[in-house]
Amino acid sequence: MSDNVFVGAGQWLTDSAHWSGTDGVPARLLEHLGYTVLTVVIAAAIALPLGLWIGHTGRLRGLAVALTGSLRALPTLGLLTLVVLWVGIGLTGPILALVVLSVPPLLAGAYAGLESVDRHTIDAARGLGFTEWQVLTRVEIPLALPLIVGGFRSAVLQVVSTATVAAYIGLGGLGTYLIEGVQIRDYPMTLAGSLVVVVLALVLDAGFALAQRSAARS
Amino acid sequence: MIEFRSVSKTFADGTTAVRDFSLVLPSRTTTVFVGSSGCGKTTLLRMVNRLVEPSSGQVLIDDVDVATRNPVELRRSIGYVMQHAGLLPHRRVVDNVAVPLRLAGVGRSEATSRALAALETVGLDPALARRYPRQLSGGQQQRVGVARGLVADPNILLMDEPFGAVDPIVRDDLQQELLRLQRELDKTIVFVTHDIDEAFLLGDQVVILRRGGEVAQVGTPAEILADPADDFVRTFVGLDKARRTLHVEERAGARIVVDGDGRPAGVLGPA
Ligand SMILES: Nc1ncnc2c1ncn2[C@@H]1O[C@H](COP(=O)(O)OP(=O)(O)O)[C@@H](O)[C@H]1O
Ligand SMILES: [Mg+2]
Repeated sequence: MSDNVFVGAGQWLTDSAHWSGTDGVPARLLEHLGYTVLTVVIAAAIALPLGLWIGHTGRLRGLAVALTGSLRALPTLGLLTLVVLWVGIGLTGPILALVVLSVPPLLAGAYAGLESVDRHTIDAARGLGFTEWQVLTRVEIPLALPLIVGGFRSAVLQVVSTATVAAYIGLGGLGTYLIEGVQIRDYPMTLAGSLVVVVLALVLDAGFALAQRSAARS
Repeated sequence: MIEFRSVSKTFADGTTAVRDFSLVLPSRTTTVFVGSSGCGKTTLLRMVNRLVEPSSGQVLIDDVDVATRNPVELRRSIGYVMQHAGLLPHRRVVDNVAVPLRLAGVGRSEATSRALAALETVGLDPALARRYPRQLSGGQQQRVGVARGLVADPNILLMDEPFGAVDPIVRDDLQQELLRLQRELDKTIVFVTHDIDEAFLLGDQVVILRRGGEVAQVGTPAEILADPADDFVRTFVGLDKARRTLHVEERAGARIVVDGDGRPAGVLGPA
């Protein structure tokens, strides 16, 4: 039986019919990436300014720690259901839930990144006559970049995997294969869909690992 | 002219680093703050460019209270050589040196060539210019810090133990270079050290400090040696040591200067 599922998944993936059209892998992949990018961009617009401000000024640090901790403890599926019940079916609910999930790693990356910068270096920059804005943009952010990119890495991976679950409320994306596969007992399709998600996650993770390394080198 | 008027500094943790310090530092001279570690030298220096705000009292530059000046502009107008070099780790050596010029609006290529010239002034191999600070020794980093302090040709130069980590031979060179620059460029230099020999070599005015930024004695090196204020100063400048207590002896028809242990220190030249 399990052999058949793997063979079936292989056949599913090599069937050219599954690689075109609105329900094809490329279209679903783009959809999935689209939601991921949208979510992470919105989350970053909230988390980065806040995290950079906290890291730069050292204010509200306790709040940031508590916030990231408690948001991280939220169960993904529960949150998703709750938000959808609250704002209704549609794009807003799932995106909102995914944003809430990706804020903590981005926030933590930003403020922990800034905190990791040597105080002497910041002091030196002030002593040379950098404005506070220049200290932030030319010293703190470049030096914190590996940790900031690390925050994006966690957030993106989080969203890529969680967006799969989101398909069960009709979001589309790669999760569609999983949800539909289970519903119609097409397990090869379910497995094929999860494999595509896994590969996507691995590729993105490798990309971020490279970005992080080059950020650390400069 | 820089003037400290009854300046005190108590930090947030309750440490009083400086208590009621007053002093005038004449323009175009070198004033050296000398004292053992923790006596408040760095704190005094950093009040000049507002990296430390006095808890009470004022610091004035040409009769203007620095507290009334924009700190960013103030700092850009003053050269500051930090105690531990304070280089930016993500910028190449030459770019570190160019920072004060770039902040002053000098174009990139001119800033780079002036930075390279400043590196030459402090005797650094131009091959090091493209490296990052972490690829340099502590002494080399300090010289980069000195080059950066000099590069924009500021009228006031604050130097916080700038030669502490460089080896003795290079230190001699750098001290001579600083004396030469001072003769040629007439800057107002505030120099911090814990080395009394360096203080006497470089200082027109030497300020010997005790804990809490308390002045033990102010004067020219000659005035301090001729008339030490008390036993603390006498011991601090080494007047109880053989190498500072010299006398002349006739040997084989020549007049030899001999230290307190009877070791020849040199000959007595023509006055
Ligand atoms: N930011 C600070 N917060 C608290 N105490 C400080 C701070 N900076 C310096 N001090 C204390 O003030 C005293 C003088 O320090 P400093 O001016 O650095 O001395 P020096 O440069 O002569 O070694 C020391 O006791 C030091 O620990
Ligand atoms: Mg010091």
